[in-house]
Amino acid sequence: METKENYSSSAKTIAAVSTPQAPGGIGIVRISGPNAREIANMVFISKSGKTLNDIKGYTALYGRVHDENEDIDEAIALNYIAPYSFTGEDVVELSCHGGIYIMRRVLKAVLSAGAVPAGPGEFTRRAFINGKIGLTEAESVMELISAQGKQAVRTALAGHDGALEKKIKKIRDMLLSTAGHLSAWADYPDEDIPEVDTETLEKTILEAKKEIERLLSQFEAGQAIREGVRTVIAGRPNVGKSTLMNLLSGCERSIVTEYAGTTRDIVENTVILGDIPLHLSDTAGIHLTDDPIEKIGVDRARSKLLEAQLIFAVFDSSQELNDADRELISAVQNVPAVAIINKSDLSTKIDLEYIKDKFKHIVYTSAISGEGLDKLEKTVAELFKTEQLDPSEGILFTERQREAARQAGECINEAHSAVKSGMTLDAVTVSIEGAISALLELTGERATDAVVDSVFSHFCVGK
Amino acid sequence: MNYDAGKIDVAVIGAGHAGIEAALATARLGCKTCIFTINMDAVGNCPCNPSIGGTAKGHLVREIDALGGEMGRTADEAMLQSRMLNRGKGPAVHSLRAQIDRRKYSDIMKHKLELQPNLFLKQAEIVDLSQNDDDTWRVVTRMNAEYTAKAVIIATGTFLRGKIYVGDVSYEGGPDGLFPAAFLSDALKKIGLRLRRFKTGTPARVLKSSIDFSNLEAQEGDNPVIPFSYDTVEHKKNLDVCYISYTNEDTKQVILDNIDKSPLYSGKIEGIGPRYCPSFEDKVMRFRDKKRHQLFIEPCGLNTEEMYIQGMSSSLPEEIQIAFYRTIKGFKNVEFMRCAYAIEYDCIDPLQLEATLEFQDFPGLYGAGQFNGSSGYEEAAAQGIVSGINAALKIQGKEPLILDRAGSYIGTLIDDLITKGVSDPYRMMTSRSEYRLVLRQDNADERMTPIGRKIGLISDERWERFQTKEKQKAEELKRARKTIFSPTDKLNDILVSHETSKVESGVRLSELIKRPQLNYEILKDIDVNRPDLPDDVFESVEIELKYEGYIKRQKADIAEMRRLEVKQLPKDANYQQIIGLRKEAQEKLEKVKPANIGQASRISGVSPADISVLLIWLSKKSREV
Repeated sequence: METKENYSSSAKTIAAVSTPQAPGGIGIVRISGPNAREIANMVFISKSGKTLNDIKGYTALYGRVHDENEDIDEAIALNYIAPYSFTGEDVVELSCHGGIYIMRRVLKAVLSAGAVPAGPGEFTRRAFINGKIGLTEAESVMELISAQGKQAVRTALAGHDGALEKKIKKIRDMLLSTAGHLSAWADYPDEDIPEVDTETLEKTILEAKKEIERLLSQFEAGQAIREGVRTVIAGRPNVGKSTLMNLLSGCERSIVTEYAGTTRDIVENTVILGDIPLHLSDTAGIHLTDDPIEKIGVDRARSKLLEAQLIFAVFDSSQELNDADRELISAVQNVPAVAIINKSDLSTKIDLEYIKDKFKHIVYTSAISGEGLDKLEKTVAELFKTEQLDPSEGILFTERQREAARQAGECINEAHSAVKSGMTLDAVTVSIEGAISALLELTGERATDAVVDSVFSHFCVGK
Repeated sequence: MNYDAGKIDVAVIGAGHAGIEAALATARLGCKTCIFTINMDAVGNCPCNPSIGGTAKGHLVREIDALGGEMGRTADEAMLQSRMLNRGKGPAVHSLRAQIDRRKYSDIMKHKLELQPNLFLKQAEIVDLSQNDDDTWRVVTRMNAEYTAKAVIIATGTFLRGKIYVGDVSYEGGPDGLFPAAFLSDALKKIGLRLRRFKTGTPARVLKSSIDFSNLEAQEGDNPVIPFSYDTVEHKKNLDVCYISYTNEDTKQVILDNIDKSPLYSGKIEGIGPRYCPSFEDKVMRFRDKKRHQLFIEPCGLNTEEMYIQGMSSSLPEEIQIAFYRTIKGFKNVEFMRCAYAIEYDCIDPLQLEATLEFQDFPGLYGAGQFNGSSGYEEAAAQGIVSGINAALKIQGKEPLILDRAGSYIGTLIDDLITKGVSDPYRMMTSRSEYRLVLRQDNADERMTPIGRKIGLISDERWERFQTKEKQKAEELKRARKTIFSPTDKLNDILVSHETSKVESGVRLSELIKRPQLNYEILKDIDVNRPDLPDDVFESVEIELKYEGYIKRQKADIAEMRRLEVKQLPKDANYQQIIGLRKEAQEKLEKVKPANIGQASRISGVSPADISVLLIWLSKKSREV
């Protein structure tokens, strides 16, 4: 009865950032699997109006990547048609401007379009299984897997004494006892087990939904605290960047370290603002230049801007905005940015209305009074939602954990709408178990076993 | 001295629900088969409840029937009352249960075995079993008959070193006062099987006329009766009713006052009892807050006044049993005919088995039923038919039949047994299947009949009927998707009266059926061009439409799961030598010896990283050859 099934024919479509998650000129999000084109079409719109289904393998489209709400970046989509790709499956590669922030947003958009995050070494594994690569290459996957183990240990160590596990366990237990009740009620109709009333059921579902959403919203905040935020201080020369730098470095709670990869014209160090480590880069301004040497510096500054997760755009209140300022303003429109207006003793000439129009967050600083630091700390905390973050509650650490929580959330929403629309409870149970399954993926148990155990420990059933 | 009783293809030890299905399957597939029963009057006996089916068990019976087994047909023939359980709880958990005339059931089954060509029914206790040098098996009866068989299926139920407990009284015995199989255990240990001890129990049978039914609630059967078997075409009628009563605080008090007399609580019974099937004293002790327990009074047959008291299993002394039964409403003057008892028996650790139910280390030796650590007639029969089919396929040099958990409850049952093992007698439940919206009782034929046909257990006539039904389902599904109703007042009146929103423009029949508030019946008047089709066709189509989203998702999960299921692992894999596997995974894999990557991934203690290691090792190996 064995059928030689093509690996790709029923596999899930996976996606990941396939370039190093470090500064770089170009970043690639790779999507592989049966729905690769379909998913890419949902996040990518080509300039020519063609979709990926309209073009041949090994050809590309130029266009823009977007998520559900807004435009993210320009991109090139490369089309590979199975079996002529790295993995042997249908593959689309979205090449965008490198930079952690942009790449994560693109990946997030691809995941919410239906892809699942690739496991460690999964592209390689698929390539190997589909006979696309040889053994030597495959064995490097083994290393990847063991490396992942070490990483997992580190993650576990950083896990605030298992707070995440406790949190997940809490949600899981809540859902398990409901699923157990529903199962006992269905599997033992003779045991006069009370029906789960819709109101209680909905309450539990909403409670779980709230907890899962909280976990998800804290993911990025947790990441900011754990990994720090790549921050660029940008602005023309002599607008007060050094003032800001001094202000940040003078902060009592700060730790200043030399950051590897320091270049001639970009000073990097890490300070801790509130709870968040900021990996600071101080750049030269952005302006048009013909000077080849200067151009290198400007290009570098530009790519720094694109890599940034946070930009402090610094302006001098006593000077009118010039072309360089305007170019900076337009360059930072798609990245979280704070306008820093450095006050000087001279009269205000800057066009504040224009700045207010372009920036959601504005902080005034003064070198003399030291004013502005508190406001900046608050603004950054607000931007990264770290204010509401309580590490003792447990935080999702990895993209995979986040995906598991996202799936759980999806199942819970499904359960909720099933209850509300009056679906039979077997369907609701299946959705709740789907959520439990997703959560248990993090702890390695199986949902059906857990539910059966719950039935026997909580209900008096038998002949 | 033994005498040579001849050569046969298959020896089936035990003629209970597992043995019967096993023997019928092998004989029907052309294997000369002997089935041995310890007592000729106990073939197909129901020593516990006089009913077949129930939640998830009803699914099993349907699947057995759809595969070409006998349980469903016989249950229909011996039916006293039939009910579809869980109506209103959703199609995944609809389960059929029939009260049966237990003597009649037994008689019909015995007669079917007798009439079956290639099959020989013998009263004999098997006392020895060993493998010959040519890999055939030597099977010896107590009367010194020595058979040589190509395959042996052990289906000993609770007979293997059976021991009865009633309070202080205990003796070696099988169920229903039959004698136990006292010698086979030693032979099995000798060849190297790992045995363990489980226990189960049954409530008392009481005299019908001693119960006062005047204040008890009667439970009627369904009308019309839905049969188990796809072969049962005649309309069946309910012949009897059941009654419901409840225990009370007095009942509880009797238990609390006498719990020290329970052999379970005094530690006399070592066997592990089923979690789902506790004795009444167990229920009282474990759930002390519960004020009352529901019980069912079920007829044992048309020609007997014995009533089975479901829910009141016990191993307390008979005197105490009578005392607590008499506290129950309607039972004030109850007369016992047979008291409740616990029975302890030998069984195996099913991790020793493969998905074919053949022992990993003993080619040609199969296990089925309670012997494998399960519980229940239906679970037994399900394993019986699979072991029988596989014994026959092997003898005939054909590919084995492996039912996976995505395709059936039978597959789920076997996969659970052989992959996870059991810590107490295993009972099927709908919650054990992650694919339960796909594995429904209404589509058992769709899932199993093509398999049964391919094997050779489905008659031409049945096959034709099946194909007609499938065609009708497909056409009706198509029609429902194509039929569009205009937003007439008549339609909107129907919608509003069923508390669902009106339509403004044309709407498809399929879209309306999707609404939880609506169904085929409600839309009857508006759906004027509806073809005249059997009810079960409409039922299946309605479920397919209503649960389309869920079914689609579960099917995607199934595809994902089957992807790993086709990646076979070699039987002789030395997991200790695979670099990269964690120690715990190595040990578990060594014990379970999974047939494929999918099964390996379900073993507790085997992580996704271990699975990746296995996948790579597997591909590496296949390239080396």
